[in-house]
Amino acid sequence: MSGFLHEYGAQIARLTFEHVWLTGIAMLCAAGIAIPVGIWLTRHERWARPVLGFANVLQVIPSLALFGLLLPVPWLGERAARLAIVALTGYALLPILRNTYAGIRGVDPVLIDVANALGMTGWQRLTKVELPLAASVILAGLRTATVTCVGVATIAAAIGAGGLGELIFRGVASVDNGLVLAGAVPAALLALCADGVLGLIEKRMVVRR
Amino acid sequence: MAAREVEFAQVSFTAPGGHCILREISLRAAAGTTTALLGRSGSGKTTLLRAVNGLVRPTAGRVLVRGRDVAAMDGKALVSLRRGVGYVIQETGLFPHMTLARNVGISLDLAGTDKGEAAALCLEMLALVELDASMATRYPWQLSGGQRQRAGLARALAAEPSVLLMDEPFGALDPITRAEMQTMLRPLLKRLGVTTILVTHDLDEALYLADRVVLLEQGSVVAEMAADEVLASANPAMQAYVAATTRVRDTGPGAPGILREPA
Repeated sequence: MSGFLHEYGAQIARLTFEHVWLTGIAMLCAAGIAIPVGIWLTRHERWARPVLGFANVLQVIPSLALFGLLLPVPWLGERAARLAIVALTGYALLPILRNTYAGIRGVDPVLIDVANALGMTGWQRLTKVELPLAASVILAGLRTATVTCVGVATIAAAIGAGGLGELIFRGVASVDNGLVLAGAVPAALLALCADGVLGLIEKRMVVRR
Repeated sequence: MAAREVEFAQVSFTAPGGHCILREISLRAAAGTTTALLGRSGSGKTTLLRAVNGLVRPTAGRVLVRGRDVAAMDGKALVSLRRGVGYVIQETGLFPHMTLARNVGISLDLAGTDKGEAAALCLEMLALVELDASMATRYPWQLSGGQRQRAGLARALAAEPSVLLMDEPFGALDPITRAEMQTMLRPLLKRLGVTTILVTHDLDEALYLADRVVLLEQGSVVAEMAADEVLASANPAMQAYVAATTRVRDTGPGAPGILREPA
């Protein structure tokens, strides 16, 4: 065991960092797209179904198939990580989008009425009432998306984007279970950590009524 | 002649489904007076009230507040109108994620008032509705129903509105708390000189708080008179309402406070 760690420890650390970096950037991109779009959908209801439907389609593409399809892209090589981030962002969109939309729609209509009656502008209503009240629901979406992303990011190694998946793929190729576990265990721990931390924040955001 | 703070001119409202809720209502509320819109559930009184701050847009007719037509206002004008019109509802509508201080001070916050000034005014408002200053740091869920209702009133008054809209403000309170609130409110409205429109189905409340009483039935005004004329009114609709809601009265005509309505 200690021999194994001695041999692979540095590599595991580097790949874990890569993994966190891939998911982190993808999550930032996904949140940056999905939260504003989710808000926009609450103001343009008739787009809600098609847009959520599209995000749903992205979500159900099997990740291995997606990365497999990306393999023949000619300029893959050095841009693999960027491409992986785009793919991961696509996977993370749906939960954030859905929860942002549902969270804001779920705000008590009486409070929306009162916000309007108080003379709030659309922006004031959003920032002072809707977002604070929907925060825990939106965060729950971010949490689901993050956990999914940490998992899917292991597949990103298939196109040479790095991350802990690299160890898993090498392990599978060389029938080396130790190597597979060296990738899988830290990936699972990462997912658990992200879930726990975001869960705590989510709990704090819940508004008591 | 007193200025007409709020005026309804031939106001009709038909719901999207085609159901007619208000039929050609014309009414005037003079500045500084309290008008009670009385009627049973579904008579259209809440819809009429909500036309004053533009939460409902009439399908025909005009609603004038200080001479300006609310129905013709664009978004910006509506925002500025609403900041001068207080709105108090049965559910209070206090924001659950804000302390009482923030709730009461929200209109000052929206107007960009200086923080220190806002905090001082906030305490003043709490005192006005007889809430202890220590309540300022509490959240709505930490308050009783009566305290929440007082806070809702304080919030509406903090903007120093010239018009105050109240929709069954004490409907969810027990009779004793309700009587306390009414006792507090009456002199307060007189002192502030705010033009108030009060929606209620409670005859005693209307008689105690209002100068004028308007009876609505199925979206039409069926009676309109000074509050002290109601009990002796010859208007058949008013007589019927009085008779129906005072069957078990035992506190004397026009008396405020504890009352019972037939279920």
